[in-house]
Amino acid sequence: MAEIPHFDIRNLTIAYGDVIIQEKLDFTINRGEVFVIMGGSGCGKSTLLRHLVGLMEPSIGDIFVDGVNLWQSSSEERNQIISRNGVLYQGGALWSSMTLAENIALPLTEYTDLKQKQIADVIAYKLSLVGLAGFEDYYPSEISGGMRKRAGLARAMALDPDILFFDEPSAGLDPVSSRLLDDLILELRDSLGATVVVVSHELASIFTVGDNSIFLDPNEKTIIATGSPKKLLETSDDPRVIQFLTRTT
Amino acid sequence: MIDGDVYGEEYSFSMSIDTTEKYQLIKTEDGLCLQLSGDWRFQSGIPDIDILLKHLINTQPVNLSFDCHRLENWDSGLMTFLVNLLKSCKQNNISVLQKTLPAGIHKLLQLSFAVPERKGARRAILGQPVLAKIGNVTIEMHRNWSDLLAFVGEIFFGFLNFLRGRARFRYSDLFFQIEAAGPSALLIITLISVLIGMILAFVGAVQLRLFGAEIFIANLVGLGMAREMGAMMTAIIMAGRTGAAYAAQLGTMQVNEEIDALKTMGISPIEFLVLPRLIALCLTMPLLCIYADFMGIIGGAIVSATMMDISFFQYFQQIQDFVPLKHFGVGIFKAGVFGVLVATAGCFRGLQCGRSASSVGFAATSAVVTSIVLIIVADAIITVICQIIGI
Ligand SMILES: Nc1ncnc2c1ncn2[C@@H]1O[C@H](COP(=O)(O)OP(=O)(O)OP(=O)(O)O)[C@@H](O)[C@H]1O
Ligand SMILES: [Mg+2]
Repeated sequence: MAEIPHFDIRNLTIAYGDVIIQEKLDFTINRGEVFVIMGGSGCGKSTLLRHLVGLMEPSIGDIFVDGVNLWQSSSEERNQIISRNGVLYQGGALWSSMTLAENIALPLTEYTDLKQKQIADVIAYKLSLVGLAGFEDYYPSEISGGMRKRAGLARAMALDPDILFFDEPSAGLDPVSSRLLDDLILELRDSLGATVVVVSHELASIFTVGDNSIFLDPNEKTIIATGSPKKLLETSDDPRVIQFLTRTT
Repeated sequence: MIDGDVYGEEYSFSMSIDTTEKYQLIKTEDGLCLQLSGDWRFQSGIPDIDILLKHLINTQPVNLSFDCHRLENWDSGLMTFLVNLLKSCKQNNISVLQKTLPAGIHKLLQLSFAVPERKGARRAILGQPVLAKIGNVTIEMHRNWSDLLAFVGEIFFGFLNFLRGRARFRYSDLFFQIEAAGPSALLIITLISVLIGMILAFVGAVQLRLFGAEIFIANLVGLGMAREMGAMMTAIIMAGRTGAAYAAQLGTMQVNEEIDALKTMGISPIEFLVLPRLIALCLTMPLLCIYADFMGIIGGAIVSATMMDISFFQYFQQIQDFVPLKHFGVGIFKAGVFGVLVATAGCFRGLQCGRSASSVGFAATSAVVTSIVLIIVADAIITVICQIIGI
């Protein structure tokens, strides 16, 4: 493939201080695919995500975004790359002093020249996409955990970013909303051509949306399997992967 | 395998090796059997495992089975006992016939051993030598100061952006912060300043009366409030009130990943969160200081009028004549500096906060401590400079 991958991760080691969480990570994320990061709880998925979105500097190794080395470029350039990401955090991370509408409006007022009316329309549309139509004037503390997560999703999509990072989007959602979320992810990929990176434990959703995946192991401290989740289920012979994908012990 | 002589009498009656009211260790044809009986809940007491383990290790049976038909109630007390037992049996190569346990207990045990302990997950902090601790604290302190310097640098650049009109923050935030810092602090500042003014007057009155120089009480209070106490007390109140609030607000945002969310939107937390707070405090503190000066002087007037028969008119005339405006200027300037310090310390501690609720509390506390230290040090420096340039 001659095309430059959207994300190219080379020999990445992620660590908190001296404590290595994962090492020797090598993988690529192609444009327009849904990429799933799997692995047991506490193996470093959220930490890896924080590296991919540029919040943490790698201890060792490089991250290339569209062929640009994220940490070799100037801080303005990096900020520019980073601000093109849409990120949904594990806890939603809505700004608690602002209403949902203001939360979604902030990136829009920062980066676009839309008028008040247009912004209001965009907010209403994004909220309806995640099933929160009419909740514009609620503060994050006034809605439930699952709703906060969905509102966070609406904010992540505010600028129609071409790459979205979701940290456990379906945790805390009921089965129906979680199905709708999968549909939304596929829709983002198919109609907007967005790349979506998902950290997920939800098997049903992993198999429905995942085009490609990596599997992290906390003991090996590295990737123990890569490929499409469906393929992995059929072909992998690693008991840890099979265990995860079939929910057996 | 068990030598009858070694175990003497114990062994001779009914093959029992170790007996308590909760369990009996009995010899079987190919090993030992642990008979559990009675109530095995924490509240009814769990027997000490060491004696049992000693017996097991001494006898080295091929396998260990269980007999639980007399076991009544049990809870995690029994489970922890069994987990410890299983662990030591494994160490000593004694095979345990877990199947002989009731199904429920067997399942729970299996679950507790299903995920092996992660390599290197357990921390070995205990037993760190004192020298290492001192070293770590020193490194930590050093890092703290260089972080603070970096933070001040970032604020400086943020401020330059602000002056060029390019800083990204919402003016509504600035007004909100001004309101939160200023008007709502008036009540407490009134109370404290009036009291401080009265205290100054009291202390001075006793001494000045000896010389019959009561009227100079006005100079004392006026000068004290204008140059020192007005700014200092305002700063300390604001450190406890607003500085701590800033640390807690930003700390909570750090915990909720809200700061990360800002960063990934390409919005600098320094510009968006710190600048409005800093500017708000820098603007309100001088105003609060003027107010505090005035309130303190009124406090002094009350004492002079009631205790020393100095009329309000005389008192204020004296202040007007002998406390020139420049002294108020020094105090107001100090207040502005203190405002910057309080806001910087509060925001710095808040952004430095870890990811737990307790670290928010710690951030708020250390914000107040840092502010007060900075305030006093800055006050000393400004006083010396004023002395040198003769203000
Ligand atoms: N701030 C921190 N400082 C030090 N270690 C940390 C910190 N945050 C997380 N860790 C460690 O990093 C490891 C990975 O954490 P991370 O949050 O990335 O896990 P995760 O894979 O996202 O788990 P989950 O699926 O439960 O969300 C954990 O073992 C944790 O102990
Ligand atoms: Mg996580």
